[in-house]
Amino acid sequence: MSALRVIAAGLATSVQDLGRFGYQRFGVPTAGALDRVAMAAANTIVGNRADTAVLEMLYLGATLEIAAESVRMACVGLGASLEVVEDGATRTIPAAESVRLKHGARARAIVGRNTMSCVVAVEGGFAQQPVMGSLSTFTRAGMGGVDGRNLVVGDLLPLARQDTEERGEVRLASLDLALPPRFRLVLGPQDDYFTAEALKTFLSETYEVTRAADRMGLRLTGTPLTHAKGFNIVSDGIASGAIQVPGDGQPIILLADRQTTGGYPKIATIASVDLPALGRVGPGTKLAFEAVSVEAAEELRRAQARVEAGWREALEPATPDKAIREDMLYGANLISGVADAWVGD
Amino acid sequence: MREQGLTPVPRFLPSGDTALVVEFGDRLDRHLSALVLNLRHRVQEAGIAGVSEAVPTFRSLMVHYDPLIVRARELEAHLMPLIDGLEAEALVGQRWLFPTCYEGEDYAPDLGDVAAAAGLSTAEVAAQHAAVEHLVYMIGFLPGQAYMGDLPEALNLPRRTSPRIKVPAGSVAIAIGQTTVYTNESPGGWHIIGRTAVPLFQASRDRPALLSPGDTVRFVAVSRTVYDDMQAASAEGVFDIDTLRADA
Repeated sequence: MSALRVIAAGLATSVQDLGRFGYQRFGVPTAGALDRVAMAAANTIVGNRADTAVLEMLYLGATLEIAAESVRMACVGLGASLEVVEDGATRTIPAAESVRLKHGARARAIVGRNTMSCVVAVEGGFAQQPVMGSLSTFTRAGMGGVDGRNLVVGDLLPLARQDTEERGEVRLASLDLALPPRFRLVLGPQDDYFTAEALKTFLSETYEVTRAADRMGLRLTGTPLTHAKGFNIVSDGIASGAIQVPGDGQPIILLADRQTTGGYPKIATIASVDLPALGRVGPGTKLAFEAVSVEAAEELRRAQARVEAGWREALEPATPDKAIREDMLYGANLISGVADAWVGD
Repeated sequence: MREQGLTPVPRFLPSGDTALVVEFGDRLDRHLSALVLNLRHRVQEAGIAGVSEAVPTFRSLMVHYDPLIVRARELEAHLMPLIDGLEAEALVGQRWLFPTCYEGEDYAPDLGDVAAAAGLSTAEVAAQHAAVEHLVYMIGFLPGQAYMGDLPEALNLPRRTSPRIKVPAGSVAIAIGQTTVYTNESPGGWHIIGRTAVPLFQASRDRPALLSPGDTVRFVAVSRTVYDDMQAASAEGVFDIDTLRADA
């Protein structure tokens, strides 16, 4: 069997695709990659369909050993990179660039500083059985991915391919993962549960991401938002990116592993164009918001899809220049601040 | 909700650019619930391009869609004729019997508190809870977790003032006029009055959740021994759910 062997599991590393749709009425959350854009980019770079399942890593990346003839992979995330050890030599592969690794080589994904997630795609994807139409892992109910859980040391993650062909490696230099200066949102569905003052405050001040930031959601802290009609509603559905405000007035943005329904009023919902960028924030990140119409949100999303549709054409040869590579290595070390502390496996 | 003749006129509320809420009201009501469930059925039958699913709650339907395929404005136009002439006739679902142990500090830790609040004995609380058919309004929160109503008036209590960090799977709990059964161990603020071994969710089943909105459940009091035997069968995966059908 060809596989990726897990040498170090990271903090919370799981198999994710676009998510599990059609089962929310049975109480099954969609799950799926937090950063859909990173997932699509990583897949495009290794030659996969954009919706192929990837490994998502939260806060601390995993180290994987190649237990196949060869594997082509790419890591994508804000500030992310891959540290590769092959034939005794260590090199750093920047984000959004493919690399082909042979049997026995190791790759460690480095998640960007103050960034919640990065993804690693492998050419051909993983050889796993979908659960309810999806490979996405949902740990709270133990479904999808590897036995419904995050990876642990020693796992062998089966690959669809035993080998990959030799060809020029590529990079997607035009990929822009910068956080939007203001996250676009659509007010509602329960914006009428808040005072006019609360709505004004929410759209003019910044809210900081707290340490409670995971696949379920982001708890924010800032000026409390005052409810006009109490903070209990008769439960209704929860969309991805919905911002609920419980009794303490501090907003919570609900993400991929959110509960399917809930009883707190939702002041607004993040526009789908900016939802993936919430997978690139972390504790301490200050978020500002801007209200847009549904129509504007739809146009923004369509414009984003046009950019994504052009990615395959935009791929360039990965830079082979050793000098530049070393330059990049030092740059990456300075930025990540983690590499110096790394003591190997 | 405004009424125009017999046609209900719900509100369309956006939830971003990937979901549209069709809100029939803001309270817990069997009439509203039936409208929601009937519309969900119609939306599923209509097969609108771009709609991935429609999730019913007590009083609203959330229609999830792909904004690259259909826009909210177009989706509303697709939904209007489905709402037109919608009736509040209740769906007839399956009828289930849930063997439940209403005994012991471990299985029914809040039975005493509920009895005290209701001015009843613990046996009377169990008897009242087991005496009525509970309608499944919705499945939500976590896989297979059903929200059922309505409780006998004497058992209608608010949530516990301090939620528990861990509520065991299978706990039968009541609050705010409703009953739920916890499918997974999770935090919870409802009053736990019993335990059932019924396997409510199995990803491998064609229909992973045992219950659907419109189904009814009657809880049947059983002894600890019976519960423990059923729990063992459930854990071994040999629980025959057909034995739970009231019409069998």
